[in-house]
Amino acid sequence: MAEDTKRSLYYEFVKGLWQENPIFRMLLGMCPTLAVTNSAINGLAMGLATTFVLTCSSIMVSLIRKIVPGQVRLASFIVIIATFVTIADYFLKAFFPPISKQLGPYVPLIVVNCVILGRAEAFSSKKPISLSVADASGIGMGFTGALVFLGIVREILGFGSIFNIQIFGEWFEPWIVMVLPAGAFITLGIMIGVINIFTINQSGRGVCFGCSIGYRLKEKLVTAESMYLTPEELEAAKAGPEKEKKRRKGN
Amino acid sequence: MDILLIFISAAIVNNFVLTYFLGICPFIGVSKRVDHAFSLGIATTFVMTLTAVATWLINHFILIRFNLPFLEYVSFIIVIASLVQLVEMFIRKVNPFLYRTLGIFLPLITTNCAVLGLALFAVLRDYSFIGTVVFGLGAGLGFTMAIVIMAGIREELEMADVPLPLQGAGITLITAGLLALSFMGFAGLLTA
Repeated sequence: MAEDTKRSLYYEFVKGLWQENPIFRMLLGMCPTLAVTNSAINGLAMGLATTFVLTCSSIMVSLIRKIVPGQVRLASFIVIIATFVTIADYFLKAFFPPISKQLGPYVPLIVVNCVILGRAEAFSSKKPISLSVADASGIGMGFTGALVFLGIVREILGFGSIFNIQIFGEWFEPWIVMVLPAGAFITLGIMIGVINIFTINQSGRGVCFGCSIGYRLKEKLVTAESMYLTPEELEAAKAGPEKEKKRRKGN
Repeated sequence: MDILLIFISAAIVNNFVLTYFLGICPFIGVSKRVDHAFSLGIATTFVMTLTAVATWLINHFILIRFNLPFLEYVSFIIVIASLVQLVEMFIRKVNPFLYRTLGIFLPLITTNCAVLGLALFAVLRDYSFIGTVVFGLGAGLGFTMAIVIMAGIREELEMADVPLPLQGAGITLITAGLLALSFMGFAGLLTA
């Protein structure tokens, strides 16, 4: 029994690192991903702040999961998350003022990061604390890793440095566009493309999971996904890339 | 003059989607139909303007007055969530036709980071009341413009032969990058 729990704890932790990596595989939490990764250190700070909020809120959500009635669960999750975000923000302001200044309003925007609300809704509101912590820290580490990776790539190309240490000589002409917003979109787009080459199952269709927490309209669950896509698109997205391709060819 | 500047800055030069990366989820996941995108955009503009008013009032009459800045995030998100619910109920009761076109998008807007981002930016920049309202309106219209353009491009993209690994999110992100690049051309508007 003990052996079993240990293995599933390990599994819940590891799956977040790659298999269910929030950024590269599930395309969640895009706003901070794109906004703060113009340097590696910013990405690291943002990732750690998000991991902190994710882990703490998953503990709280898991603790209260049997007390909170279903109708108000999302509201209470958001309040819990907002509280921990305030703590993280004040911590950064007090101990790392330059980083806090650089990240600006993106630290408070962790509140609406779909990774956190999505994990709370899909995992920690249904599972015991130990599993929730393993899952949250795994997803958090995967998120941090992806942010740092994106940050490193953009910093090397945009400033010619890693963690503010120059690695190229005088000859290097920085690609200014890489640290501008356009560079963020293009880098992530290409990166997702490259990752898709190596993975058999393609990533999702880029619909935020947090937003797919829908609402009920005449007993039918309406989600962001079903709102944005037409029914046949939705079906194709669920069936995976093969069917999607067939549908395209058919047209 | 200042008001006009805030409007242009929010709508075009510092477009919420293309420079601040706010509201990326609906931007990437948005339907390929221009009319859907337009309805979503208008609903978001409406909520953003209302949010701007509500959060300004809360910030000035409660948070600053009683010295409670640490409650900023918690109170803003609660206000946004309840505001959206109220607006939805109101529209459903008063104008069922409008509800059918706009209302269905409303609950989804709560989790749109552009709305909270708007409130935070308005506080950070210390806009006046009118400035905040115009900022909300401008940001909303800028968001609408961005997603309508994107929906139009994706309609055309249907015909293109995109390499398999880039299909879906990959090509959408790269398109967004090119769009952001072209919006950088507006940067001269503000200093000129």
